Amino acid sequence: MLPMLGQLLKQMFTKPFTNLFPAKYAPKNVGKYLQDVQAGKATLISPVPVADPETFRGKIVYDREKCTGCKMCIKVCPSKAIEFKEEEKKIRIYIGRCIFCSQCNDACPVDALHMSEEFLLADTNKVADYLVVE
Amino acid sequence: MKYEIPVGPIHPALKEPIMIKCTIEGERIVDVDVFCSQNHRGIEWIGMNRNNPVQSIYTAEKICGICNFCHPSCLVMAVEEIVGFEVPERAQYIRVIQGELERIHSHLLWAGVAAHELGFDSLLHYVWMVREKVMDILELVNGQRVPKDVLMYGGVRRDIKEEHIPKIREMLKYYAEGFDKIAKLFLQDKTIKMRTREIGILTKEDAMKLATAGPTTRASGVKKDVRQDMPYYAYPDFEVKAITPDMLTGETLGDTYDRIVVRLLEVKQSMEIIEQALDEMPGGEILAEPKVMKVINQIKKSEGEAIARHEAPRGEAIHYVKLKEGFEYLYAWKVRAPTYINILSWRPMLMDMQIADIPIVAASIDPCMSCTNRVTIVEDNRERVLTAEHLHRLSVQKTRRLMK
Repeated sequence: MLPMLGQLLKQMFTKPFTNLFPAKYAPKNVGKYLQDVQAGKATLISPVPVADPETFRGKIVYDREKCTGCKMCIKVCPSKAIEFKEEEKKIRIYIGRCIFCSQCNDACPVDALHMSEEFLLADTNKVADYLVVE
Repeated sequence: MKYEIPVGPIHPALKEPIMIKCTIEGERIVDVDVFCSQNHRGIEWIGMNRNNPVQSIYTAEKICGICNFCHPSCLVMAVEEIVGFEVPERAQYIRVIQGELERIHSHLLWAGVAAHELGFDSLLHYVWMVREKVMDILELVNGQRVPKDVLMYGGVRRDIKEEHIPKIREMLKYYAEGFDKIAKLFLQDKTIKMRTREIGILTKEDAMKLATAGPTTRASGVKKDVRQDMPYYAYPDFEVKAITPDMLTGETLGDTYDRIVVRLLEVKQSMEIIEQALDEMPGGEILAEPKVMKVINQIKKSEGEAIARHEAPRGEAIHYVKLKEGFEYLYAWKVRAPTYINILSWRPMLMDMQIADIPIVAASIDPCMSCTNRVTIVEDNRERVLTAEHLHRLSVQKTRRLMK
């Protein structure tokens, strides 16, 4: 314990290392808290910014116009998160299943898929509107 | 009077599904039995029946969350050997750097867990704070904190950018300056010494007999390291030497304290390797074949079998792969994770120890149950013990099936 004591004393006077996201004290209901934030009743401690926006792998962005329906992304997706829509010849991506490997981005011949910076994707409903990209 | 104490299948001290059954006499442990296979995910099955080889890289990555570079690395090495992809020199260096970054973060994570198992939670939080630095670098280079998703047959998918290199060097400087402090907090602390010195001893003979791997075996004085014995990737350039505890303390006891020493020294060794790799990294291509569909077709046309070995943070990971011409998936895929063999060393380690030593001794081999999943046979609620002859027969049958 002795060698640690100096470090502990020092830490009493330094700022906490962790980022207290979304608030200093954990809210009982996060959904309600976010509504309060939108209404202007509470403030949000913003998350730590991503290290490099270019390399970061967040939620997939899909360019519908560019997509030619070649099914290449479906062939390489390890978690079978991509579904093919036969009648339109376009794809539908279920973010709830996506493992963010970005292999579809590499395989796409027309560059229609990209990884964005968005990472707050936890939800109790796996097929919520913002978790299905089409 | 003898009692039996079950630790597990799910126990707060181990957190992962495994059961240790200890027979105790008073406070003394007189017998130990280990029951693995509490759950099974069937990742090998997915690789042989559902996913093509490119998809299998990412399923292999999900075998273990912490060492998520070693398993795809083994798979990629084995397939590359069969198909004959020429991996560019720069890709080999990037693979070495990724592997060593993984070792640093895994060993620091383990150091925190070990402190927690001793009931020293302020040290746990301190070590994990220090570990955040390497996690930031992993996010910077790979785009996410934990999954690397960087390997591809014939190279790597992402380059280490020029603007990232100063930040990696800054991390190395941070660890070089902080290393002595962490070493002091761990190795000169009286409480830690009392709880780990001469606790959970694995003698050199036992370590050799049980064929243990990684830091567990090196802490017992066996100089065994795949990077030294059978260098892969760009490792021949670095002349890695297996680390034993006598390099720091002058003696090898093979106890829990020695396992802490080995892991801390390995963090330092990894830092040196990364530094040298950054200095010597050549330029050029990073991928032999950038078109994914071409890679899949080339693998589909190949036939053969190979074994690949990789020194993971926990020890030696081995993958066996067989490909058949015209077969869409891997024809055979066998994963041997390092924890699978290290688990057996719990028995000699725990003998004659006390109940309170179970968590730290069990944690001292850095067990990872997610890699160690094996099938449990449940049939008609009847228990069945597979004898050695039966297992041998099954193994012969499987070999014949594969030879067809």
